[in-house]
Amino acid sequence: MNFDALFVIVIATIFINNFVLSRFLGLCPFLGVSRNLSSAFGMGMAVIFVMTIASFVTWPLYHLILARFGITFLSTIVFILVIAALVQFVEMVMNKLTPALYQALGIYLPLITTNCAILGVAVLNIEDKLTLMEALVQGCSGGIGFTLALLLMAGIRERIELARIPGVFRGIPIALICAGLMSISFLGFAGFTIR
Amino acid sequence: MSSWKVFIRGLWEEIPIFRLLLGLCPTLAVSTSVKNGIGMGLAATFVLLGSNLVISLLRKAIPNKIRIPAFIVVIATFVTIVDLAMHAYTPDLHRALGIFIPLIVVNCIILGRAEAFASKYGVGYSLLDALGMGLGFTIVLCVIGSVRELLGSGSILGLTVAPASFRPVLIFILPPGGFIALAMLLAGFNFMDARRASK
Repeated sequence: MNFDALFVIVIATIFINNFVLSRFLGLCPFLGVSRNLSSAFGMGMAVIFVMTIASFVTWPLYHLILARFGITFLSTIVFILVIAALVQFVEMVMNKLTPALYQALGIYLPLITTNCAILGVAVLNIEDKLTLMEALVQGCSGGIGFTLALLLMAGIRERIELARIPGVFRGIPIALICAGLMSISFLGFAGFTIR
Repeated sequence: MSSWKVFIRGLWEEIPIFRLLLGLCPTLAVSTSVKNGIGMGLAATFVLLGSNLVISLLRKAIPNKIRIPAFIVVIATFVTIVDLAMHAYTPDLHRALGIFIPLIVVNCIILGRAEAFASKYGVGYSLLDALGMGLGFTIVLCVIGSVRELLGSGSILGLTVAPASFRPVLIFILPPGGFIALAMLLAGFNFMDARRASK
């Protein structure tokens, strides 16, 4: 196995092509759940978990079933249904096996089905022609990148609540400006072309 | 409720993005130019029309408990149609929009209209609602796209309009510009609302 390639994927997915700040995936939860740090952390963990599993499930599904029978045009329909079912399943298993974890992440799980980062990573894994291991790594580090952006944003927004800002910018506009500034700083990583 | 009102609501009162913050991801990702914005807007409008039509026809047949998965299957079907059609007829646009075409499935605007409107009203109203919301979304994408294209590359629809002395502000066609342009437009919208309320 080629560990260099995996390392490149980790760095590229977390920093250079951050899912939220440079690929624009998962913006709704990024703006919706970033009001305080603890819920941002819960959401982030749930996303890492589901993204990894979704990569693990959709990759074999595409290559072993859809590609073999020549029905790859169905991939969008199949992926979204599998992800929706998967989220339900994860929720039930978690509730049964680890009630403590379910208590912590439970309320974020239903929201994840409509998080475009999940469907996005499933589609990207196929488009980038990754192997199963690379897809798993991309799924996991995509989730970590999302969590990183979400936690940074939550930290900033907790402070902004107390700041005096012009009325028209209050709420979403100032959050978007912060996201823009964060995105500029992440642009600094774009200099590394390691792929 | 008059048909005109159903149609016009999506263009002003409940215009997507500006009034309801739904469907942000494709908005920011594809609005680097007006052309991409129009392409994405029309693709979403087609999906909205199709899904609202089918869901409104099936609204009595779909059991309440499994309505969300049923809606998603209908939407995904139309997204697949758009994906294949664009791949065949407009390959350049298909490449520019890339991953965001399959991601129309998880655009909250479309599922939102299915849930809030098409599953309750008849076919005629649902189509008008889809058309209004779809055009509203297209207009918003064009507005953001024209701001970003004008500032970021000094052109509109690929035609250079800025004088030669204008140095493009590259940041506006990069990801940060999307966030900042939308923030400014939203603040402007809030400002207009506040002025009108005080009058």
